[in-house]
Amino acid sequence: MGFFTFKGGIHPSDGKSLAKDKAIVSLKPGKELVYPLSQHIGALASSIVAVGDRVLKGQKIAEAGGFVSAPIYASVSGTVKKIEPRFTPSGAKVNCIVIENDEAYEEVAYAKTKAFEQLTKEEILNLIGDAGVVGMGGAGFPARVKLSPKEPEKIEYVIANCAECEPYITADYRRMLEDTEKLVSGMRVVLKLFDHAKGIFAVEDNKPDAIAKLKELTKNEPRMEVKELKTKYPQGGERQLIFAATGRAIHSAMLPADAGCVVNNVETLISIHRAVIEGKPLLERVVTVSGESIREPGNFLVPLGMNQKELIEAAGGWKGEPKKVISGGPMMGFAMITLDVSVTKTSSSILCLSKDEVEEMEPSACINCGRCVDVCPSRLIPSRLADLSERYDEETFVKWQGLECMECGSCSFVCPAKRPLKQAIGSMRKIALANRRKK
Amino acid sequence: MSENYNVSSSPHIRSRVTTNNIMALVTASLMPAAIFGVYNFGMPALVVLIITTASAVAAEYIWQRAMHKKITINDFSAVVTGLLLGLNLPATAPWWMCVLGSVFAIIIVKQLFGGLGQNFMNPALGARCFLLISFTGRMTTFTFDGVAMATPLAQLKSGEAVDTMDMLLGRIPGTIGETSVIAILIGAIFLILMGIIDIRIPGTYLASFVIFIVLFGGHGFDVNYITAHLCGGGLMLGAFFMATDYVTSPITRRGQILFGVCLGVLTGVFRLFGSSAEGVSYAIIFSNLLVPLIEKVTLPRPFGKGGEK
Repeated sequence: MGFFTFKGGIHPSDGKSLAKDKAIVSLKPGKELVYPLSQHIGALASSIVAVGDRVLKGQKIAEAGGFVSAPIYASVSGTVKKIEPRFTPSGAKVNCIVIENDEAYEEVAYAKTKAFEQLTKEEILNLIGDAGVVGMGGAGFPARVKLSPKEPEKIEYVIANCAECEPYITADYRRMLEDTEKLVSGMRVVLKLFDHAKGIFAVEDNKPDAIAKLKELTKNEPRMEVKELKTKYPQGGERQLIFAATGRAIHSAMLPADAGCVVNNVETLISIHRAVIEGKPLLERVVTVSGESIREPGNFLVPLGMNQKELIEAAGGWKGEPKKVISGGPMMGFAMITLDVSVTKTSSSILCLSKDEVEEMEPSACINCGRCVDVCPSRLIPSRLADLSERYDEETFVKWQGLECMECGSCSFVCPAKRPLKQAIGSMRKIALANRRKK
Repeated sequence: MSENYNVSSSPHIRSRVTTNNIMALVTASLMPAAIFGVYNFGMPALVVLIITTASAVAAEYIWQRAMHKKITINDFSAVVTGLLLGLNLPATAPWWMCVLGSVFAIIIVKQLFGGLGQNFMNPALGARCFLLISFTGRMTTFTFDGVAMATPLAQLKSGEAVDTMDMLLGRIPGTIGETSVIAILIGAIFLILMGIIDIRIPGTYLASFVIFIVLFGGHGFDVNYITAHLCGGGLMLGAFFMATDYVTSPITRRGQILFGVCLGVLTGVFRLFGSSAEGVSYAIIFSNLLVPLIEKVTLPRPFGKGGEK
């Protein structure tokens, strides 16, 4: 039983049994792969290939567009067909490099890496940055930037976010079970950057086998520890995770480094291992394909750029036409109009839901029951903040701490009047944050 | 392949708890008190409960129809209001008073201020106080077994001895739903176990009331006296079913505690120093008015700014 947690939160039915016991299956992509130039937070990557170029698997096709940015690599060999705007899973239209797969999978000769022991911190950071690693849990913050805080000697904890608190998703869980060594190795790499830090694998207690495996593999690692957390959404939220693992609390304007912490997700740590130990760039990730409409839900190792429709086919197709398809989890993921989008660095899952609970339940008047207050992990009053947003009262919204919201959606989930609280708060937050930047 | 799936802002899942089933559970939790009231006071009590409930629902329907608003009688909130009002009336209340009370509760207190969720005081209690002021005689004449007699609380006020066992069971004169503490507690425990209400408001209410009467009641720590006060009048019904009304109580956790203390102190003041023996209704509607202020001074501190514990 895990005792470490935070106050608030919810217990949605987790749907994880659909894909939990399905081992990771490697997939071969189809004819066309699409690489959006923005798969991360920060500046767009800039294309360094032209239409007609032949590229190899593992070849860099776009350069980081600034310090906070990340390069992009081809995950197959083939020919650059087009560079044009296309939809990404989040619904934005972004310039994309389109590559026709020649199915030869001819790979570039990667430069030989130095032995890990001989690498300097600077070299490790460069390897991670050049490999295009970003936060793969969903936010997509470039890993190199995250791992370069102002005062690295003040970092006391490197936390591996193994919570995976979103319902349905089991990608990280399968990684923890099947690629435990790589995960621990990724942690070893990051710990080398921070001399005074301890590594914590923070796992929700609904994954006892993953906890046991991690404990077994880290028993001879004096700098590493496995911590069992209570199973509760949003346990994997960065601020909730830091609090549960270390007892330190940060507010929205602080960085984890301000509490002496660095947080990385499971898939990110594995990509870091691949970049530094194997010398390979970020070419693939594990994606959970699940939901009631999917015939054979499962977890797949997918080359980045692969079309999501092909993933649905790999999962046996549909039992019935889904009502809603979601990129990411049901709590914070994006509902997609179409499946004709590619897998990006931050695509943790595709969910095909047979019913849309949002559509089925009509919002009604707030009865002031306070359930949203009970569950808010940021300790806010969501119903009032939503009212303030509807009334466009930015000043009071900020005074009532609306900017502290992390948009986890727990309030909308519990609301008996089915009010779209998170949506209202989120809109006002965007406006208030934009106005604050202007000042 | 057909495209254009549903798109909406996250989260894409919702809990199964709805306003309707909360209100339905509250209605169910009032049943023990209602059934005991009918057993205690006979057919007239049943007639009162039916009239208040039906006219509350009808008033809501007619108003919303006339104002071209969405008809929301399916949400059970008018049923709860009507039933609560009925439980707060004597079984001898004439039919026109029941109808008048329900119409006042629904139209004046609830709909004129914007309908469900917008009323600033508990509609059933607002109506009860309106009737109490307008028809004091009819509202304060209680009969038991066909004989008009004083309530135990009134006896207590004039210094007479009361039987606390009868009060616990409810074999005493009073309004339809307030007499049996046991029936009320059965409903209250059900609501707490179902997660509909929290012990915070009734707990602090009753605790601060007890402290107040121990300090100022002139009987010191007299268990019999305290029990009589706790079981007498509308205290239990008010503490568990009306002070906990979501709409008219603070949404902040610390605010609910402050609200409970206000209720306890005001009830004590009204009962000990007021001209009437009863004080729960006035204490609750008065505290309802303080709610915006209470919320303002009890805003929680956010996570990372001291509110994480």
